[in-house]
Amino acid sequence: MSQPLLSVRDLHVTYRSEAGPVPAVRGVSFDLAPSETFGLAGESGCGKSTIAGALLKVLPPGTDVTGEVLLDGEDVLQMTPGRLRAVRWTEMSIVFQGALHALNPVQRVGNQIAEAIEVHRTAPDAGARVAELLEVVGLPARRASDYPHQLSGGQRQRILIALALACNPRILIADEPTTALDVMVQAQVLELLERLQRELALSMIFITHDLSTLSYVCRRTAVMYAGRIVEEGLADEVFARPKHPYTAALAAAFPLIGDHAHRMKPSGLGGDPPDPRDIPSGCPFHPRCPIALAECTSAEIELWPTGEGRNAACVRVLDEARR
Amino acid sequence: MSDILLETRGLAVRFPGRHGEIARAVDGVDLVVRRGEVLALVGESGCGKTTLARTIMGLERPAEGEVVYEGEPIRYDAGFLRPYRGKVQMVFQDPLGALNPRQTVYEAVAEGLRIQKLPGDEAMRVADALARAGLRPPGRFLRLYPYELSGGQRQRVVIAGAMVLNPTLLVADEPVSSLDASVRGEILKLMLELVRDAGVTILVVTHDLGLAWNIADRIAVMYLGRIVEEGPAEELLSHPRHPYTRALLSVVPEVEEMEQQILQGEAPDPTRIPSGCRFHPRCPLVASGEAARLGIEERCRYDDLALHDVAPEHRAACHAL
Amino acid sequence: MAASPRSIAWQRRRRALAQAWAQYRQHLPGMIGLVVLVAIVAMALLAPVISNPDELHVVNTVDNPRWATPSEFPLLGTDNYGRSVWAQFVWGARISLLVGLAATLVAVVIGSLVGIGAGFYRGVGSAILQRLTEWFLVIPFLPLAIVLASILGPSVENLIIVIGITSWPSTARLVRAQVLTLKERAYVERSRALGASNRHLMGRHIFPNVSPIILANLTLTVPIAILSETTLSFLGLGDPTRASWGKMLEESFKAGALSRGAWWYYLPPGLGIMAVVLAFTLIGTALEEILDPRLREQRR
Repeated sequence: MSQPLLSVRDLHVTYRSEAGPVPAVRGVSFDLAPSETFGLAGESGCGKSTIAGALLKVLPPGTDVTGEVLLDGEDVLQMTPGRLRAVRWTEMSIVFQGALHALNPVQRVGNQIAEAIEVHRTAPDAGARVAELLEVVGLPARRASDYPHQLSGGQRQRILIALALACNPRILIADEPTTALDVMVQAQVLELLERLQRELALSMIFITHDLSTLSYVCRRTAVMYAGRIVEEGLADEVFARPKHPYTAALAAAFPLIGDHAHRMKPSGLGGDPPDPRDIPSGCPFHPRCPIALAECTSAEIELWPTGEGRNAACVRVLDEARR
Repeated sequence: MSDILLETRGLAVRFPGRHGEIARAVDGVDLVVRRGEVLALVGESGCGKTTLARTIMGLERPAEGEVVYEGEPIRYDAGFLRPYRGKVQMVFQDPLGALNPRQTVYEAVAEGLRIQKLPGDEAMRVADALARAGLRPPGRFLRLYPYELSGGQRQRVVIAGAMVLNPTLLVADEPVSSLDASVRGEILKLMLELVRDAGVTILVVTHDLGLAWNIADRIAVMYLGRIVEEGPAEELLSHPRHPYTRALLSVVPEVEEMEQQILQGEAPDPTRIPSGCRFHPRCPLVASGEAARLGIEERCRYDDLALHDVAPEHRAACHAL
Repeated sequence: MAASPRSIAWQRRRRALAQAWAQYRQHLPGMIGLVVLVAIVAMALLAPVISNPDELHVVNTVDNPRWATPSEFPLLGTDNYGRSVWAQFVWGARISLLVGLAATLVAVVIGSLVGIGAGFYRGVGSAILQRLTEWFLVIPFLPLAIVLASILGPSVENLIIVIGITSWPSTARLVRAQVLTLKERAYVERSRALGASNRHLMGRHIFPNVSPIILANLTLTVPIAILSETTLSFLGLGDPTRASWGKMLEESFKAGALSRGAWWYYLPPGLGIMAVVLAFTLIGTALEEILDPRLREQRR
């Protein structure tokens, strides 16, 4: 990759809580090229949403963040508050999950978008820009005067996308943008995101637990577990030929229709994704891993290469490479 | 013993809307559930599948039609419903919400036994149900509270609570959608084991076609209160006939061979059901002119229709078929 | 299984209670309230020991100095009839507390039953209960209480009834709101799906989850009841044969203690009421925080 647009280096995020420090992200690094869609996959507690917050520095005060987030070479984590405010939303913005409470329930949606525009003064006529944005996301302009509860789930998601685009960012972080939506509406929103990415030359970080959607939308992806990346590579490859047993388990939750290997053979993992306050020793996945070895309880796990542009954090990969 | 365990005949369930209009959540459904099968009721939100499931459970009363269990229409008086619920049980979408936070696992599972006043050793039956639901050893779980369990474990407790009554039919409403993705397979596996070992019949309500591929014998696809296609799972998923089913399958990311047909807009709400074939305003056949070419466009717009055979055991409600 | 599941459940409940107490101990305002309350209750219970009940009656105090200051006549001086103010204060505490607690019990029991009924059931019965609640809420307390007290006659028992009847609507409202939320919970529907009758649902699921709110509301209603008793006694509607703090205020007022500067007659009951009300309020607030089920479920 020539100069990546965004470069995250060894990111650590630790929340402060009454019960002690909570290490949500434990050393994550990845690059995002211009006009690329990068996927971040994982389930609850893996740290993926924390990363979204860390990139825009919108984590609760007192949270410990170390590492580098290089936006065009400039470290976001070291920016002055003034520079940060200028960067937020105009360079990078977030599309949240379209739940009802992602928007202010007592303010018309058009005004909420206009607010972002006015705060950053990116357009002389906020009203016109709002109408333009609604058109871009496929909503009739009159929707601007609706309240959030008057919109359907799909429409709310479009509004959140319009809100994220309000100041012409170069990077869009989409945090579970289609999770609560019906399959057809999900397809509509994914189509919209794909079109926007092409037309506006956007880079996107797509965060989700749905591996099948991710492989459809993203070129490269990283799978997270317990605050670390456990596998990364081209999304199709990672989904179709996973190298890490967790990725395999996650992929099995989205069986390919028509694939007889999954017909009447559901498979899943016991237990739960680990609580960040109580991460198992060695490889954090070992308690649930179907192919764990004795050394997995204490080994120092790293992301080891397992092919062109492919890495996986599993000792078996290391064995393979040695042979 | 007949092959048919439960069926609905002309079932219609209506709700009053906020401004006086009527929402026809279930609008004429003839569903057949066969003994020992796993039937998936598939559809998007608002199609009426959850209402249909709850009506089968007796939690909603139909405005028209009837639910027929083992040949006998169900009644809604307490005298009938209590024993009926001993035979038809439910698994809920959100296991955390479905368990009273103040009840231990033991109490949650024993509740059904106490309500039904079933004889026998309660403690033994509870332990047995927990073990069958995969929580072993059961003794470890009896004194725990729901917040001390993982999501998968909670759902197993709910399943144990249903299975302790030895029902013949289990109605599962989105049984895995609130669980973490990596855990879902375990619960689905359990459900298949229950069919195999306890001989229970399962009606699973879901929006997830992948889940239907995973565990269903037959599938019924619902749209706006009606079944628009039904048939054996493999047949329906590999050769979908109804344009809605075809569109739905085409956009599921787990299906690769079909060209995407993304429907415009969203399904209208059940207070404003279109005339004729209720799918016609969004139907790709109408939008592309294909319906006109086939000479059926008039009928699509104005003639309502029922399911008819399109292949052995496979029915759909479409004028083009 | 070593112990029966029922005994295990009891063990868990005891442990939960111990946990709640440990939490309560850390709540400073709550502890202050508790200490004050315990002190006042102890004082009221020990009344026969720490004061002379004969000093309450005019016939016995003919020889006592009138309007004696606390330094002249310990511990709190005398009133215009020579009666010991200290004795009135200590014995008056009993009546104030008794009426406050008993009236609260009446109010909370009525209010809870009405609230659960109105919240759980739909249709005509529920509508009637709701209208009844609203009607009582709308009528201003004091005129209603005065009318009722005048009709029933002045006695401690009637005072309890009057205050109880006028205080239940706020409990009913609170309970109904909570029941409406609980009714929609998935576990209530699950119980119904298991074949539960309405009675089982109310007893097993609704009531246990509503009782923390009722308890907190109870502790916050007691001060209101005590104040109501004080007010009614002050207006002369209280029991003329029994000393109470409200009666002390009434009599001191009528006897002109204010213009006389006989602070030992009106200040103690005033401060006593303030202390009790404050104590219950602090305790009630602490209980609300601890027993809030939303906070409970988050505590993982």
